[in-house]
Amino acid sequence: MRFISESSEERIPCYRVLDDDGQPFPDSSFVKVSEGVAIKMYNDMVTLQTMDTIFYEAQRQGRISFYLTTSGEEAINIASAAAIKNDDFVVPQYREPGVLLWRGFSMQEFANQCFGNKADYGKGRQMPIHYGSNKHNYFTVSSTIATQLPHAVGAAYALKMDQKDACAVTYFGDGGTSEGDFHAALNFSAVTEAPVIFICRNNGWAISTPISDQFRSDGAVVKGRAYGVRSIRVDGNDALAIYSAVHAAREMAIGEGRPILIEALTYRVGHHTTSDDSTKYRPVDEIEWWRTTQDPVTRFRKWIESNGWWNGDIESELRSSVRKQILHALQEAEKAEKPPISDLFTDVYDVSPSNLREQEHSLRETIKKHPQDYPSNVPI
Amino acid sequence: MWGIIRQKVAAGGGSPVARIRPVVSNLRNYSSAVKQMMVREALNSALDEEMSADPKVFLMGEEVGEYQGAYKISKGLLEKYGPERVLDTPITEAGFTGIGVGAAYYGLKPVVEFMTFNFSMQAIDHIINSAAKSNYMSSGQISVPIVFRGPNGAAAGVGAQHSHCYAAWYASVPGLKVLSPYSSEDARGLLKAAIRDPDPVVFLENELLYGESFPVSAEVLDSSFCLPIGKAKIEREGKDVTITAFSKIVGLSLKAAEILAKEGISAEVINLRSIRPLDRSTINASVRKTNRLVTVEEGFPQHGVGAEICASVIEESFGYLDAPVERIAGADVPMPYAANLERMAVPQVEDIVRAAKRACYRSVPMAAAA
Repeated sequence: MRFISESSEERIPCYRVLDDDGQPFPDSSFVKVSEGVAIKMYNDMVTLQTMDTIFYEAQRQGRISFYLTTSGEEAINIASAAAIKNDDFVVPQYREPGVLLWRGFSMQEFANQCFGNKADYGKGRQMPIHYGSNKHNYFTVSSTIATQLPHAVGAAYALKMDQKDACAVTYFGDGGTSEGDFHAALNFSAVTEAPVIFICRNNGWAISTPISDQFRSDGAVVKGRAYGVRSIRVDGNDALAIYSAVHAAREMAIGEGRPILIEALTYRVGHHTTSDDSTKYRPVDEIEWWRTTQDPVTRFRKWIESNGWWNGDIESELRSSVRKQILHALQEAEKAEKPPISDLFTDVYDVSPSNLREQEHSLRETIKKHPQDYPSNVPI
Repeated sequence: MWGIIRQKVAAGGGSPVARIRPVVSNLRNYSSAVKQMMVREALNSALDEEMSADPKVFLMGEEVGEYQGAYKISKGLLEKYGPERVLDTPITEAGFTGIGVGAAYYGLKPVVEFMTFNFSMQAIDHIINSAAKSNYMSSGQISVPIVFRGPNGAAAGVGAQHSHCYAAWYASVPGLKVLSPYSSEDARGLLKAAIRDPDPVVFLENELLYGESFPVSAEVLDSSFCLPIGKAKIEREGKDVTITAFSKIVGLSLKAAEILAKEGISAEVINLRSIRPLDRSTINASVRKTNRLVTVEEGFPQHGVGAEICASVIEESFGYLDAPVERIAGADVPMPYAANLERMAVPQVEDIVRAAKRACYRSVPMAAAA
């Protein structure tokens, strides 16, 4: 009689390509990235970082109501996006705007959603950072945790039924692995042999809950085997490692019709959201250490510099031009009109029901009669 | 003697088709042999026809495939359409509901079966937060053409966790449509409409009705047959009191109407068919005619379907009411198991008769103990 131990002697090893100085380990193998792709990856990582800084400040100044950053997780966002194709369905949690950025969502489009103005694709229906875009194959962000996991399996199943050369890719945090939906999605994906890539951003914290209070397993990667899902643990701050792992995962998912679980180890440098002050539950020097010495953007920059593809001048130019762009987008979005009141009543159903049409009519009549009681910046 | 009404049938996604239907089922005047069809068969044939017509439609749930369906509703479908379109799922309502919603986001048309709607509570986050609200939250980018179906409400001797009625729960949510068929014609027409509809639909069946047979006309049997969502049916015309009901209770209400007729009370029985959207105009038109209303349902009384109907009638037809609205509902207790207790916990024909008489100012004894 032998019980299987609750934990193995050694933790599952972590796939890495670049060391802390951005140099490839001598024996590391990885999928080659061309100069063009590497430059775009770096540009987007810097843009994401800058957007986060500026939009976070905008919330602090009271210009937008809410924001959350992706600080420390830029490599996971951008490198994973670079390794998949535009036809792959992305079903995000909420800390992956970089994937949308990679696919071409503009600064202005991001800003419009945060301000909920009339150009917002979401018609002002959701809180900031709940981006979504059909044309970029990026499902609209919803606040509920881990519900996107079974959705991704369903979408993957449908892609398989249609025999498309594409997969579904879904993201979640360490906290999300505790939800029942995580269990159901992993289990189901294996049983239905769905082409889906599960990317767990294990950033150490779920608001104030550290991973030691979240689970007692060796992270998320070991859970894959329990469901019959092939898995890998990756250094989430190493853009090349992420790129290679996601690239390989995609080939297996589509070619073999199977789910893959990738656990990307990283650290949530920022607070959970603008409603959180993480210095209340974790040491400031821990945050600083990760922010300065483990920054994924810096590490990747060192690599492209050592290839002769980048230098300090281009760096300053990029940072200042991106900053200008984002500030401009912010200003434009702030000035823009809010959505018209008709947007309150549409899209509840495919065809607007009579009770909502009546209510809209009644609202307009009331506004006509008592215009002083209604905000003047809401277009009729 | 029977009126013919030209009705617009919205085949959800297709263009409205004008249909000529008799108001009263006097089918003897149409053809010689009237076919009888069980509700179970009606649902099965509707699923079969919709799956045949549209390759995007697929069925998933526990026991729907190899077992032919826990209540045999999906009999023969696995054999005909294969395991890709008839999916036996592991036991995870949250899982397969979420997966169904994800497939619908992509553009497929899943029909998700709950073995009973009691189990849908384990999936209710996906029904409400992932299905009902998505079209609105994504401003039309994500539509969810999904159908959630299964038996709802009390069966017989299945106790508290298998007898709950969810009509009021789901009908309170904007973004969902909620249907509840009574007859085989309802079952066929409404299920087809639900599958064709681009919005998420909760389809509440009844286990005890599965084995009941109803006459169906040739028109109902046609594969293009469809009923409009949001329209109630007047099962029996009357002039003294309006009785609203849905699902199994329609049968009880019709029996009550027979008894009332012998006592000189002509009851109009409305089969709601659609709980959301509720056919307020038909209900109000009827109350304006009869001036008296009895709402009947199997579910719990507080915040029930009857409460909404009562509010609607008070709002729109207050001046027409000659008596307070009578509300018959299940007893306000979790469903007991023992047969005698269960009988007392659900509305019986006698309860409906007594309520109708009270509405007509006839003196009636207090509700009998048994």
